[in-house]
Amino acid sequence: MVVDESTDETVDRLFHALADATRRNILHRCVRGELSVSRLAEVYPMSFAAVQKHVAVLERAGLVTKQRRGREQLVRTDPEAIVRARQVLDELETAWRGRVNRMAGLLAEDSDPQDNNPTEGRDR
Amino acid sequence: MSVTSLDKDFDSLTLTLIADFTAPVERVWRLWADPRQLERWWGPPTYPATMEQHDLTPGGEVAYFMTGPEGDKHHGWWRITSVNPPTSLEFTDGFANPDGTPAADMPTTTVQVLLTETDGGTRMELRSAYDSREQMERMLEMGMAEGLQQAVGQMDALLVD
Repeated sequence: MVVDESTDETVDRLFHALADATRRNILHRCVRGELSVSRLAEVYPMSFAAVQKHVAVLERAGLVTKQRRGREQLVRTDPEAIVRARQVLDELETAWRGRVNRMAGLLAEDSDPQDNNPTEGRDR
Repeated sequence: MSVTSLDKDFDSLTLTLIADFTAPVERVWRLWADPRQLERWWGPPTYPATMEQHDLTPGGEVAYFMTGPEGDKHHGWWRITSVNPPTSLEFTDGFANPDGTPAADMPTTTVQVLLTETDGGTRMELRSAYDSREQMERMLEMGMAEGLQQAVGQMDALLVD
């Protein structure tokens, strides 16, 4: 397979967007309902422009979408994009949890009387 | 449970895991240093690993394959970057071609292991990190990532600071 540059950039934007606590908080608020940028600006101790900028970063990363309703722009979190970011590290977690459990299982076998080296690996 | 704590850093694409075992450091080290022991835990039960080469020295290599339920073989390699028996090990883990040579366009992870003695036995601190986002993305493309529905359920955990 050949690396797709545009895919790479997409992922960079995604992780950059998720690396900021305010932006993650915005995602959290917008996943449950629909809030406008002005409503969001009331929540955070920062200017409307600053909040707008955060929303723009999230939008470029594909984490939120904006929809016009009347004079307002409503922000909605896109769960699939977040799932995508989680997926790979979750997979790594599953693999290592399984390995650690198997390691513990092997160590437990040491104290099994049928083992030919029963004294090794026991609690001290 | 052996896993004491687990942390995922989305910025550095790193998994950090701490596990506590009720066995001495030397014994836990043998899980890594003895290829016959390593074979028994590296792959999941459905994909057991067979170690073909196992040289835990700086610059040394480990070559292995995992055998799937259909008899399908999946080759992998480690390159040892740092080793200090019986307490620390660092290596790059990647996919290999059927002949055992590293597959150049496949994702790699860097694994760091640190064993320390505790009152009850041994603490193992393990860091596993994707070497680039491009490689992480490749994992997704390869369809090796699973548990989409499970991840949806866990989404709140990420969003709550």
